Amino acid sequence: MATLTIAQALNQALDAALTDLDDVLVMGEDIGRTGGVFRITDGLRDRHGPQRVVDTPLAESGIVGVGLGLALAGIRPVMELQFMGFSYPAFDQIISHVSRMRHRSRHRFTAPLVIRMPYGGGIGAAEHHSESTEALYAHIPGLKVVVPSRPGDAAGLLRAAIEDPDPVIFLEPIRLYRSVKEELPDLASVPLGSAAVERHGTDITLIAWGAMMKETREAAEKLAASGISAEVVDVRSLAPLDITTIAASVSKTGRAVVIHEAPRTAGLGAEIIAQLQEHCAYDLEAPVKRVTGWDTVVPLKMSEQHYTPSLERILAATTEVLES
Amino acid sequence: MLQILTPRGELVGDRPVDLDDAADLYGEMVFARTYDRKGVALQKQGRIATYAPFEGQEAAQIGTAITLEPGDWMVPSYREPAAMWMHGYPMELVLATRRGTEMGGSPPASVRVLPPSIPVGSHMLHAVGLAWAERLQGTDRVAITYFGDGATSEGDFHEAMNFAGVFKAGCVFVCQNNGWAISLPRAEQTAAETIAAKAVGYGMPGVLVDGNDVFAVLAATSAAVARARAGEGPTLIEALTYRMGPHSTTDDPKRYRTDDELAEWRERDPLERLRRYLEAEGSWTPEWQAELEREGSARVERAVELAEQIQPFTAGETFDAMFAELPDSLLGQRAMAEEL
Ligand SMILES: Cc1ncc(C[n+]2csc(CCOP(=O)(O)OP(=O)(O)O)c2C)c(N)n1
Repeated sequence: MATLTIAQALNQALDAALTDLDDVLVMGEDIGRTGGVFRITDGLRDRHGPQRVVDTPLAESGIVGVGLGLALAGIRPVMELQFMGFSYPAFDQIISHVSRMRHRSRHRFTAPLVIRMPYGGGIGAAEHHSESTEALYAHIPGLKVVVPSRPGDAAGLLRAAIEDPDPVIFLEPIRLYRSVKEELPDLASVPLGSAAVERHGTDITLIAWGAMMKETREAAEKLAASGISAEVVDVRSLAPLDITTIAASVSKTGRAVVIHEAPRTAGLGAEIIAQLQEHCAYDLEAPVKRVTGWDTVVPLKMSEQHYTPSLERILAATTEVLES
Repeated sequence: MLQILTPRGELVGDRPVDLDDAADLYGEMVFARTYDRKGVALQKQGRIATYAPFEGQEAAQIGTAITLEPGDWMVPSYREPAAMWMHGYPMELVLATRRGTEMGGSPPASVRVLPPSIPVGSHMLHAVGLAWAERLQGTDRVAITYFGDGATSEGDFHEAMNFAGVFKAGCVFVCQNNGWAISLPRAEQTAAETIAAKAVGYGMPGVLVDGNDVFAVLAATSAAVARARAGEGPTLIEALTYRMGPHSTTDDPKRYRTDDELAEWRERDPLERLRRYLEAEGSWTPEWQAELEREGSARVERAVELAEQIQPFTAGETFDAMFAELPDSLLGQRAMAEEL
């Protein structure tokens, strides 16, 4: 069994989809000859040809709008946008057309497509290269939004996203592309809409997704070392949200902290906490806390550490919840 | 500017169809006008919501749509009902959408017409994708898309033209330049002399046609469709026309344009010029005109009746077309909505 990074797992998943499914077409800026900014599509053009791995003009709205047209006529486009911060020119297409085609035509026209975008900070990137505004997409009816945090899920969710009959926004944590490795038994599909209890515990539930899983895992280790048993839930699917799995865990432990890199206000932490109120308020032994990015622009490299939730901030919040 | 029939109905070029077909075109145009006037009346009676009249643009719509074959794609905006039903879209569904139900957005499986786009400009990209997909799948199907002069200011117009050029998509872009985008005149929309001229920058032919001359429109579109079908790529057609009525049933054109301008365009009426021509050829009589109008009215009335029978979806059904399969979160909301 091969040990792969998230980047390698995604590359293999795309390769497998292009091999297995005749109607898949991979498209985006610089994804062919160079294999994409993060080399996720490396080698695919050579293996599958420029008809199926297509370098497009530099125009995000164009990519998504044309991709929708392809999908409407029976091609399954997997589009890459170079960074989440550059998905906004395509936002109109995504909201105004992609997300609502099925509804406005009562199933007659559908949009089975995938829009991949690297997201998140922590690599000291240039301005506009560190956004994590997943709530913008999770807020839009008609879209599915998923975020893997490990290679197996990356490959499995991508396969499920490609096979899904509806549009999927696929977020890839830049910071974890090459820092998490895992053995992949095979490239099985992972169901969309399902959270994963990745570590079992009894004292508190740590809820996170994507890049923040790194610090969250570290926090659980630290807590374990001091005798606290933390359960870790990787939300994995932001829309639809698997509140059943999340709430079951919180009911069991009675305490929870939600961790996300995205800005605090109207972030998904707020949504998850609201849903915990609806599903398991009486099982809670303490108010749920959030550890999040701030409602600020993500600072550049030299000050970025002030923004991203750190291990220390997570541990501090956990301690407060455990003590209240 | 390509013109085959002058405003006085004189032939100045090669007639693209025989006399019988020309008479049929005229019949369709009379029908379109009958429908359009009925649309305005229905809105006044409160039987449909806001309506976007297209009186004056009949030739641009009929003359383009008639060049398509059934398997071809049409990607319309909100002012092309005539083009839509020429391509098979049931008239009652067009009206159902206007009445306010998405049930109108779902034509029969064989009718390849997308529901009309309300955001201006954004839908042209879909036509490019559709045309490209057909080529990838080895067919010679083409896609036609309609938009106004205002839409050419949107970024997506440029992205669509650029993608179509690069990928040689079999796409026909039809700008119905009706002189105005709500209250903004064409001259304040773009500094370009014509919209057709913009095609040059994207590596495709741009054709300026008299949009009130159905022969010219038909000839230009046939050529563009043939080119697209042959895999030679896209064409931009600018059909120079005029909307005689308001932008929609909510606005008052007197605030921004003059009666003189209107009168000037009345002289160029697309129906009247073809009528004059047919009359000169001995193919038009007042009796036939009356018959066309009578039949047209009856056909529209039937569509209105059918449209008024289409039921809107229930609270629960609102959820049913969100995804192929409803996730649990939506099932919960669906149950809540149904209970109320
Ligand atoms: C993106 C967007 N912006 C604004 C509007 C509001 N709006 C509706 S029609 C219109 C004018 C469009 O003019 P034009 O493209 O010339 O088409 P016409 O209505 O004349 O056929 C505007 C501004 C819209 N529908 N979509």
